[in-house]
Amino acid sequence: MNVDIKSENGYAVALLSGEIDHHNAKEIREKLDRFIIANQPKELAIDFADISFMDSSGVGLIMGRYKLISECGGRLVVKNPRQYIKRVFKISGIERIVRIINDKV
Amino acid sequence: MEVINEVKFTMPSLSVNESIARAVVSSFLIQTDPSVDELSEIRTVVSEAVTNAIVHGYRNSTGVIEMTIRLLKGREVYIKVRDRGCGIEDIEKAMEPLFTTAPEEERSGLGFSVMQSFTDSLKVRSKCGKGTIVTMRKKLKNNE
Repeated sequence: MNVDIKSENGYAVALLSGEIDHHNAKEIREKLDRFIIANQPKELAIDFADISFMDSSGVGLIMGRYKLISECGGRLVVKNPRQYIKRVFKISGIERIVRIINDKV
Repeated sequence: MEVINEVKFTMPSLSVNESIARAVVSSFLIQTDPSVDELSEIRTVVSEAVTNAIVHGYRNSTGVIEMTIRLLKGREVYIKVRDRGCGIEDIEKAMEPLFTTAPEEERSGLGFSVMQSFTDSLKVRSKCGKGTIVTMRKKLKNNE
């Protein structure tokens, strides 16, 4: 599991790679929270392009980061989830509060 | 039900075994040549059921999770995940979307909703203090 965060002018992208389950969600959560608290970005886009697997632990992960970044005055975006991961997000209804986009060519 | 093939295994309720359970079900399903979506859905429901056993069944302890995967006649997959942990007091409530007893761990309360959405049938049997058995069935499309 890898979390690679790049930030410029308050706009950050966190590229996640590997699998998101209950076992490794904690590690991702800690890395993202450290970044959000230290940098207070205007926007954090979490890029799922290299996520090969996600169960509902990923929904908890996104919900938690949404709450934290909102408290810090920023917004959260989810980018490039695979089709079936989008279905997991759809079951949760999370797209009502977090924008899910696809900018991968 | 006519069983074509079956694998049974046990594992301790360690979170590292969530990915191992997914790997076992993936390997087992190779014989059925499933679609990418079917494989993803089955891996997801296995992950959800095993995580429930770890997080809720054996909340403050470590126990054994028993798993059975069967290929049934007619390209149907049967999955059973059993724990002998604390059990579920109110199954109906536990199956409500977004209900969780572990919000502090950021559990979304969607495990059963995902299991229901990604399979054809989901049955949950549980007894307080005795444990929980989750069984799921999913028919695979014909790949001819």
